[in-house]
Amino acid sequence: MQNDTAKITARGVQVYYGDTHAIKDVDVDIAANTVTAFIGPSGCGKSTFLRCINRMNDTIPVARVEGDIRIDGEDIYDKRVDPVQLRAKVGMVFQKPNPFPKSIYDNVAYGPRIHGLSKDKADLDGIVENALRRAALWDEAKDRLDAPGTGLSGGQQQRLCIARAVATSPEVLLMDEPCSALDPIATAQIEELIDELKQNYSVVIVTHSMQQAARVSQKTAFFHLGNLVEYGETSRIFTSPEDTRTESYISGRIG
Amino acid sequence: MPLSWILLLLAAIGLAAFFLSRRRAVGSVEGDARRLHSLPLYYGLHGAMMALAPALLLLAIWLVVQPMLLDRSILSGLPDDAIPEGSTPGLVMSDVRRVADGIERAFANGAFSEGDLTALTTEDVGAVITGGGTALGTPLTADVLAAARDYWLARGTLAWIMTAAVLGLALIGAAWAIRRSDGAFRARNVVERGVLVLLIAAASIAILTTVGIVLSMLFETSNFFRQYEWTEFFFNTTWQPSFSGRGGSSELGIIPLLWGTLYISLIALIVAVPIGLFAAIYLSEYAGKTFRSIAKPVIEILAGIPTIVYGLFALITVGPLLRDAFASPLGLGNSASSVMTAGLVMGIMLIPFVSSLSDDIINAVPQAMRDGSLGLGATQSETIRQVIVPAALPGIVGAVLLAASRAIGETMIVVLGAGAAARLDLNPFEAMTTVTVKIVSQLTGDTDFASPETLVAFALGLTLFVITLGLNVLALYIVRKYREQYE
Ligand SMILES: Nc1ncnc2c1ncn2[C@@H]1O[C@H](COP(=O)(O)OP(=O)(O)OP(=O)(O)O)[C@@H](O)[C@H]1O
Ligand SMILES: [Mg+2]
Repeated sequence: MQNDTAKITARGVQVYYGDTHAIKDVDVDIAANTVTAFIGPSGCGKSTFLRCINRMNDTIPVARVEGDIRIDGEDIYDKRVDPVQLRAKVGMVFQKPNPFPKSIYDNVAYGPRIHGLSKDKADLDGIVENALRRAALWDEAKDRLDAPGTGLSGGQQQRLCIARAVATSPEVLLMDEPCSALDPIATAQIEELIDELKQNYSVVIVTHSMQQAARVSQKTAFFHLGNLVEYGETSRIFTSPEDTRTESYISGRIG
Repeated sequence: MPLSWILLLLAAIGLAAFFLSRRRAVGSVEGDARRLHSLPLYYGLHGAMMALAPALLLLAIWLVVQPMLLDRSILSGLPDDAIPEGSTPGLVMSDVRRVADGIERAFANGAFSEGDLTALTTEDVGAVITGGGTALGTPLTADVLAAARDYWLARGTLAWIMTAAVLGLALIGAAWAIRRSDGAFRARNVVERGVLVLLIAAASIAILTTVGIVLSMLFETSNFFRQYEWTEFFFNTTWQPSFSGRGGSSELGIIPLLWGTLYISLIALIVAVPIGLFAAIYLSEYAGKTFRSIAKPVIEILAGIPTIVYGLFALITVGPLLRDAFASPLGLGNSASSVMTAGLVMGIMLIPFVSSLSDDIINAVPQAMRDGSLGLGATQSETIRQVIVPAALPGIVGAVLLAASRAIGETMIVVLGAGAAARLDLNPFEAMTTVTVKIVSQLTGDTDFASPETLVAFALGLTLFVITLGLNVLALYIVRKYREQYE
């Protein structure tokens, strides 16, 4: 079943939060240079599965992950893998915007500084500007780079977090509802960014908008109550879903 | 009528007002509570509030003002020669009060009767009072006896007037509230305002006491500076009070004391801040749940140990240890009491303050911050250094300054650890002392509140107050500046 172009392969993944079984035996292959959308009703485990891919579930004491997840064939839950290294490679935009209590500039420069990605100050300025431009925040933020990131509006904060993740140039970008607080114009700009990122990266996006999933993704995975119900080409999922649950969800009958 | 009776009666009136107001309000809408503006409870509370608040206020004011006015009027009735040589009006007045109490007791147990009052002589009153176990400052004179009789009579009358006024006011208030209680009356809003007034009163009491403390210190301090040059106090580098009665050769320079205070506090903070902060970071970020649940209370036990116990620890263990291990071999002195001893032990005392406050503050930093940083591939310590500590900084600064205030105000550890000798020296293995220790030593023993040697204590106290105040203002400023930047 190993796909040649698969970037991420997950086999038999189970996640428990204490006694809650949040992800039930999920198998999935996420291809390189594609956008994969995770859809499903609230509480079905989309964020939980996403957090397995960069081991963010390690930070939740009650969470327990079982199964096998590989990126480029390497088991990321292996003891020899450093989760810190992994997360530099697998960036994440969280469901709730979480800018640091620092200036806008320092928020974006955080990752590059930690990983030593810039040669000098001018280089860093370039990285920051580029990231902010790609996240469609540059025009609003260029005059207030020293203002605190926490002082931005909800939608601006969301874009700031996207810029922050992009600035580290990860190989895989996990985006948990990155457009939930954005207006249509900003949403279109972020979707453009996602399309562009696809050239070099794998992008996984969680979304509650069927249109967005249809617009930006090539593959779609539908989760329901912790199960991966259906996974395939986006066009096929939206036109001829095999499972009745998928069909009722995308036509708006459950969720 | 004794005070407790008045209070009991007031409580009864308040209770009655509560039930009557509520009943009247409910009655005004034929028992349909939904048509009332407020819940029935609020009408009851409004009734009780109106009955009690003005009456209690009047009672409180009366109890404070009456003795002042009465004393003044009795004193002005005394002839000038009633105050003997070497005595003061205050002393005579307390004799008057004691005699009045004696007369009252004699009436209560039947030694005197109503008819005797005008015919009382100094001898038989004196006998009765001394028999009753009261001692007088001076032999009873006719003037004092007359004053005491007037005092006693006036006190009795005033007590009755007060009772009548207080209870009358309560009844008026109750009646007014009951009459107002009908469905349309906005009892809830009035009660809300009453609560507000209560809260404001509580806040003002806190502020007024502070002001009162400062004013009394200021008053005594200005007395001190009338007798002692202020330049000498602030700039003289010697502290050498001459002991009372031996004349005016005292040198009362604050600098050595201030130096000792700051030196010891600095060492204490150098010990306490890193250890406390690191302990807090370990506990909140790294330690497992079980370890945390054991370690945190253990550290907090340190905070519950009385400082005198720390002082003993300094005196018996740390002092000799430091002397034998460092000071003597290094040729830095032979004193077991030293700045180092007091500073170290005080630092240990402050660790739980810093750690437990910082721990709470660090825990209050949202998990989303940690996730954000870890999600970008930062290590845990990078996350702590660059995100968590900056986010928690205002609170940490507050914790450190709280610890600093405690260090500056600490006395016991200094007496036992660093001694009581004022000295201006850089060597941390020398004995020195602090402002608080000197305040205590200037005010203990045979004190005469008119000499500069005693009054200097108030000047020292006020200086200390100003320093801690400055520290707190600084803390507020830092915290606010930081907040502006990051919120
Ligand atoms: N930290 C946690 N502790 C315990 N249970 C959790 C935790 N996080 C999630 N869960 C549970 O796991 C299940 C899946 O949650 P998850 O956040 O993955 O849902 P989701 O699909 O992202 O939903 P939404 O679309 O609302 O974001 C839910 O039942 C939730 O209650
Ligand atoms: Mg989610």
